[in-house]
Amino acid sequence: MANIELRNVVKRFGALEVIKGVDLRIEHGEFCVFVGPSGCGKSTLLRMISGLEDITGGEVLIDGKPVNNVSAAERGLSMVFQSYALYPHMSVRQNLSFGLENVRTPKDVIETKVRDVATMLQIDQLLERRPKELSGGQRQRVAIGRAVVREPLGFLFDEPLSNLDAELRVEMRGEISSLHRRLGNSMIYVTHDQVEAMTMADKIAVLRAGLVEQYGRPLELYNRPANLFVAGFIGSPKMNFLEGRISADAQTEIVLDSGERLNVPAGKFSGGPDQRVTIGIRPTDLDLSEDGIRLDVGGVEQLGGESHIFGTTADGRKLTLHAQGQTPVAIGEEIRISVPSDRMHLFDTQSGKTLLSA
Amino acid sequence: MARIVAFLTRTRAGKGRMDWTDWVTYGYLLFGIVLMFGPVAWLLLSSFKTGAELERFPPRLLPVAQDTLVVESYDEPLPLFKMIAGDQEGRTLAQIRRVGLIAQMVDPAEPETRLKVNVADREPIERIAFAWNNYTDLFERLNFPLYLWNSTAITLTATAIMLVINSMAAFALSKYKFRGKLTVLALVIGTLMVPGTVLLVPTFLLVSQFGMVNTLWGVIIPGAATPTGVFLLRQYMITIPDEILDAARMDSASEWKIFWRIIIPLSAPAIAVLAILAIMWRWNDFLWPLIVLSENDKFTLQLALNSFQGEFLTDWEKLLPATVLTLLPVAIVFMFLQKYIATGIASTGGK
Repeated sequence: MANIELRNVVKRFGALEVIKGVDLRIEHGEFCVFVGPSGCGKSTLLRMISGLEDITGGEVLIDGKPVNNVSAAERGLSMVFQSYALYPHMSVRQNLSFGLENVRTPKDVIETKVRDVATMLQIDQLLERRPKELSGGQRQRVAIGRAVVREPLGFLFDEPLSNLDAELRVEMRGEISSLHRRLGNSMIYVTHDQVEAMTMADKIAVLRAGLVEQYGRPLELYNRPANLFVAGFIGSPKMNFLEGRISADAQTEIVLDSGERLNVPAGKFSGGPDQRVTIGIRPTDLDLSEDGIRLDVGGVEQLGGESHIFGTTADGRKLTLHAQGQTPVAIGEEIRISVPSDRMHLFDTQSGKTLLSA
Repeated sequence: MARIVAFLTRTRAGKGRMDWTDWVTYGYLLFGIVLMFGPVAWLLLSSFKTGAELERFPPRLLPVAQDTLVVESYDEPLPLFKMIAGDQEGRTLAQIRRVGLIAQMVDPAEPETRLKVNVADREPIERIAFAWNNYTDLFERLNFPLYLWNSTAITLTATAIMLVINSMAAFALSKYKFRGKLTVLALVIGTLMVPGTVLLVPTFLLVSQFGMVNTLWGVIIPGAATPTGVFLLRQYMITIPDEILDAARMDSASEWKIFWRIIIPLSAPAIAVLAILAIMWRWNDFLWPLIVLSENDKFTLQLALNSFQGEFLTDWEKLLPATVLTLLPVAIVFMFLQKYIATGIASTGGK
């Protein structure tokens, strides 16, 4: 039961700066997901919060108290690791009770707690088994059980589902979410999978190269991405990008590199004449139409319930269009697509920042 | 049993026939067995031979003893012979003494008459007999139990100390990050390049400064940390995932507890290998105990064996059974733990 705050946290390995000043606040009971491509520092950030990694600069606060110099054992957090990290030589029961033994919990209390947690996670039949006798999903449950049994202030998850197959991943995703609802603890969850982030999080922090690109609610990130990176990272299928410039004559018109013109709603975006911009538009927001941007169809995937059309614009940019239902469009055809101006995202090409006026 | 026979008589051609590769294979294997087990079998059989049989040339494989008989009016039992030629052919006689090619013999039935016979006309009456007293003598006349105790004490203590020190060093060198870690590791491995003989004198000076000459500790302490052991365990411990240690840290385990409860149990295969090696090294160690231990009552088995061997005389009757008894413990240890050696060495990447 705690809020966790990061104040300008920095991590350096020698000369290499991995975390470049991160400010975040995770409120009590929130489910926060750190998402980003591999190497963005999300796991390092998690390990700094856990106490397993030193903090080079800045402060980590739990419940308002700085914990920079508090050891991992005393921060009151527990962690679920990517490889589960179960103790291979101990039975499930010993795995669950190890942490409690270390803090000198009376035997009968350990007994009760282990039984309760095992029942909750449906691993009570497996208590005498060794980790190697368990399936991936069962190991995952034990790893979560080991974190839960200590009744920590908060939970840290380090890509816990990445070793599971797709089906099990969806199932465990639901279980972790329901666990969060039941326990009400703060949770920080690291993943590179934006679907996991979108489905589970109360708040998402998108990280890139040691910096938080955007921090907010999942739909906020989806609807109002702060920059090109977040726009491209959040949302599946990926957002399409078109290059162009704001027309010199009219603020509400954009001239694409292909020479085609797009209208943007007045007042929604800021930006000066002749400014280079990148237009972002999600594949699901594009429509087939009589006139609009020309697209040479290079590929069509018919999934029955929906269809994906892959094409190239006149200036050679790849574009994807997702249509509901089945499409009559075939490979080699030339189609026209319209871009609904209210669904359009506009970014400054140079800085990558959104041009959305606040 | 039938399966074992079937296994041992399997051939490439099958159905009991022998392909030429079978001949080569079995021949090669047999050669290997003779080469490896021949000396051991020879030692074992010889350890049951009487002194006379050991002196015999050409030697025989099996321990054989000549039949003797106590004849009236002679104090000692006399060796028996069967006459195969000459006047007395067919009679069984006991020899009183032998002078050159003529032996003085006596018929046990009529002890008063002495007979002179040619040694070529007779054949000793012999049977296979194990001289168990070679072994009992070791315990009755020699201080064998004391040597056994010294060797055991040194082996067990040194192995235990070595395992503790080496595993702690290996833990630090494999799982902690600290300044100079690589230097320390390089130094440890570097000592492998220094020949042991070069270290004998300095180590002896050190041991004598500590007043440990002629004590068991003088043998135990210098071998307490071995670079091979540190390296072997380090290589194994590296393979233990760091996440398990992190998990234990999150579980509020102290570093000491991580070492005892996580690292040690998980390194068990490598520790078993090192334990076997250490036991064999210590048990078979000869040179260092020879240098440090000078009094008879501190001798290890290996030194005791050496003392049976003089410049002019070797007491084979004691040396051979003592060697067999010395071999036995290591052989047993090896027999039961050899599977760990194979798996352990394979997984540590060591030699």
